Amino acid sequence: MIGYILRRFGAAVLVLFAISVLVFLIFFATPGVDPAARIAGKNADPATLEQVRASFGFDQPLPVQYLMMMKHLFVSHDLTSFVNRGTLVIPQIMDAVPVTLSLVVGAAVIWMVLGVAMGTLAGAMRGTLVDPLVMLLGVFGVSLPVYWLGEVVNLVTQKELHDSVFSWVPPLGYVPLSQSPGQWALHLLLPWLTLALLYAGIYARLLRGELIQALNEDYVRTARAKGLSERRILIRHALRCSLIPIVSLFGLDFGALVGGAALLTEVVFGLPGVGKLTYQALQNLDLPVIMGTVLYAAFFVVLANAVVDVLYARLDPRVRRA
Amino acid sequence: MPDQPILEVDDLRVRFRTGGGHFTAVDGLSFSVRPGEVLGVVGESGSGKSVSMLGVLGLIRTPNAEISGKVVFRGRDLLALKDREMRAVRGREIAMIFQDPMTALTPVYTVGWQIAEQIRAHERISKREARDRAVRLLDEVGIPAPGKRVDSYPHEFSGGMRQRVVIAMALSCNPGLLIADEPTTALDVTTQAQILDLMRRLRTDHGSAIVMITHDMGVVSEIADEVLVMYGGRAVERGARRDVFHAPRHPYTWGLLDSVPRVGGPRVRRLPTIPGTPGASAGGCPFADRCTHRHAACEEVPALTGGSGHLDACWLPEEGRERIRRGDRSGPEASPARQSARAADEER
Amino acid sequence: MSGAEPVPAVAAPVRPGAGPWRQAATRILRNRSAMTAGAGLFLIALVCLLAPVYAGSIAHTDPFVSNISGTTVVGGQEVQVLQQSTEGLGLGVTPIGPTGDPGHYLLGADNQGRDVMARLLYGGRNSLLIGVSSALLCCALATVLGVVAGYFGGWIDAVLSRFFDVIWAFPVYLLAICLSVVLLTSGLHLGPVHIDAGSLALPIVIIALIYVPYVARPLRGQVMALRGKEFLHAAVGLGASDLRIMRREVLPNILPTVVVFLPLMTALNMLTESALSFLSVGVQSPDASWGTIINDGLALLYTRPMITIAAGLFVALTAVALNVFGDGVRDALDPNARLRGGA
Repeated sequence: MIGYILRRFGAAVLVLFAISVLVFLIFFATPGVDPAARIAGKNADPATLEQVRASFGFDQPLPVQYLMMMKHLFVSHDLTSFVNRGTLVIPQIMDAVPVTLSLVVGAAVIWMVLGVAMGTLAGAMRGTLVDPLVMLLGVFGVSLPVYWLGEVVNLVTQKELHDSVFSWVPPLGYVPLSQSPGQWALHLLLPWLTLALLYAGIYARLLRGELIQALNEDYVRTARAKGLSERRILIRHALRCSLIPIVSLFGLDFGALVGGAALLTEVVFGLPGVGKLTYQALQNLDLPVIMGTVLYAAFFVVLANAVVDVLYARLDPRVRRA
Repeated sequence: MPDQPILEVDDLRVRFRTGGGHFTAVDGLSFSVRPGEVLGVVGESGSGKSVSMLGVLGLIRTPNAEISGKVVFRGRDLLALKDREMRAVRGREIAMIFQDPMTALTPVYTVGWQIAEQIRAHERISKREARDRAVRLLDEVGIPAPGKRVDSYPHEFSGGMRQRVVIAMALSCNPGLLIADEPTTALDVTTQAQILDLMRRLRTDHGSAIVMITHDMGVVSEIADEVLVMYGGRAVERGARRDVFHAPRHPYTWGLLDSVPRVGGPRVRRLPTIPGTPGASAGGCPFADRCTHRHAACEEVPALTGGSGHLDACWLPEEGRERIRRGDRSGPEASPARQSARAADEER
Repeated sequence: MSGAEPVPAVAAPVRPGAGPWRQAATRILRNRSAMTAGAGLFLIALVCLLAPVYAGSIAHTDPFVSNISGTTVVGGQEVQVLQQSTEGLGLGVTPIGPTGDPGHYLLGADNQGRDVMARLLYGGRNSLLIGVSSALLCCALATVLGVVAGYFGGWIDAVLSRFFDVIWAFPVYLLAICLSVVLLTSGLHLGPVHIDAGSLALPIVIIALIYVPYVARPLRGQVMALRGKEFLHAAVGLGASDLRIMRREVLPNILPTVVVFLPLMTALNMLTESALSFLSVGVQSPDASWGTIINDGLALLYTRPMITIAAGLFVALTAVALNVFGDGVRDALDPNARLRGGA
């Protein structure tokens, strides 16, 4: 098991390296694009351009440029935004990370609980009304644009029904957990639910399919022949095995959310997380910030994937030796 | 009361509703098993042998199935039991072993955990004790280093070893009856022999009766006391192993026996096969469509009759069956019916 | 009667002897929800294609020209399209709301006085175009890469698979944002390929590229499994060339899966396009798409919510229809096909 964990994290480091190279190539070596002009921002004066060229070593070969960028990002932490003259990028990201994590972790907890509950119910109660309802929610889960759903939620809770049913909903924004846990949760409740609802539908539907497949497996028949109760067969045998693919997908989705998909939810609900930071940088093409957020996000994604894979190996003994 | 049957099945019927009507998988099956006896149930795929045993154990779960008849086990009608009561029978008094050991165990738990789970489902005993018993069981079925292997996962065993684990699990509560559904089919030949050896030994040690479902006459000849031959959901012949093997009465049994290759004896050019494809004929004797001795009487379903414990369901005359069979075997020329059946076969 | 649960298969009776594609077609024609979804899709596509007719003959507006000081007729009275805001200091303007009159701003105007309904139809053309063409491009690329990786194995497979892994681990939106930000103002100039900045082809190419691993990975797995099959050995034994085997033996076997992925990818790509456009790195002004319209409507969300709601409904309905239809195709052709292990 320890060997597996070490190998898995070794692989994660390699993937991170590959991603950083990929990002570097996209930003610095795309044919026909002058990276200095892009980094300096729109309408930069010649002095700024010169400063950028020196700082990123654009007169040097590509590998050296790569190393200089990595140094700015991870060693000296002095990557600066040229659009917002002189703002340091890394501290901005560090301030934003807790917001994003609060949003995603909370939503993930809700969607896993909801999704597993609904999926199990639908799988166990095939032929009843629960089943098509979960299927429907699953289709909505993959079809509704999350930012649009957020807008509609805002419209309803902040304007249309704000004076009656939703008077308890606080204005958009974020309150740190350390400042007031109650307000923190209250401000995040609707973003959590918005994000979680769609994912819960997707996961419930997926789990339902896995469960139905598992219930037809030979080992379930063996479990019945052993004289176990249907409930035990469903939960300890069928569900336990069906969760394996769900967990591996969760790793991908959780990482993708921390890294980017939560971006839209943050923008819509005014949460100052990494996504919102990226969004603002996009509005004025502030390349250093985008580079920073992308690489830090990738770091979290790869880390989350590795952690989930280790968890996965705990769930499925078959992969431990592979 | 050694002669009192432990399991008595009377007129068991299993029907499935399908998209286009009904499909009768088991059609009026009756048999009994005495304590400690081994009953071999033989037949091709689709003869209803597995379905009938699943029906006995109440393991047919689809709401599209209709099951009727009587299954009396130790004096209780299993078909009339509530789910809860049936669960107490399954795994404790009647255990079942399935064909494919590779998929029969839940992949995410250790084999010891799975054996202990069954014991603890039926007996109030601590985890520790259940585990110890699992180790003893694994030892008994011939798994080397059982104290270590008890914590191994199913994927860490070979097919034969896994089937041993499955057998150990089936024996964990000392069941009075063990139903084995083709337990050796998925294994290679050497392993098959070992597993059969093991089952013979366990039957002596534990005194469980065994119902052995198989399509392999060789397996039956090695282990069974009684033989039940099924075709198209019905019993076509039943009797002691000696009788069925030495004086088979039903043409289908003849076909099954003839298609087993023999070491020694005269060389045959081509191993005889039963013409046609498995499946019950519509109305009448289920085997009629493939039978080389079909005649007018076969339009009606023959009953399972006969004396001295050797019964068969065939309209051929009681006397002289052996002669009819010889004529059948002496070559295609001897039997015009067979010839035409083969011609039809080749046309396909 | 071995292993499997002894329940006779209740498969839909399909005419024996019909080819697999025809059988699948029969099955999908019998699938009521898939056919409803298909009809809905057809309707949406038709309406969007008729956008110029609507703009020219019914609404009589050009949805790409600002109409800040224009007027229109509501209930027989002439009113300003952009009205002086009555709230706050009265400095802003509020566009006219939904009138319910197809000839005069059916769904109201946006903050530049342009007809929202006409813009929605034009935007739909772009959204659908991007969704469909990027799905086609993505599946074509993924098929080539998946077949090559799976068929040749060895170092070719190792290189391609590692490449898929990296993109797979990369959050798609971030990858798309990186590419868009770099290419947005200068366009793409790679060898013979020249795509101008602001062209619709840019989001199409970007979206197609980021999802290649989603499709290529399952296809590669299928090809690997095929490699062990006898009919491939037979083809090799007959001396067929690699190219011929890939084209004649491998491709027909994985094509059903590719076809299953097409509608599902179209839905996914359309949603991605709308998200990128919403973030202002997708479709560029003056072109519109449902995503850009949602973004336009954001500033007016509390006063004229219809802009955002209508555009979002169009996206959601189309995506639902595509997914339901895609599920029908999956059930008919290849029930085991899975995109990214997920839905």
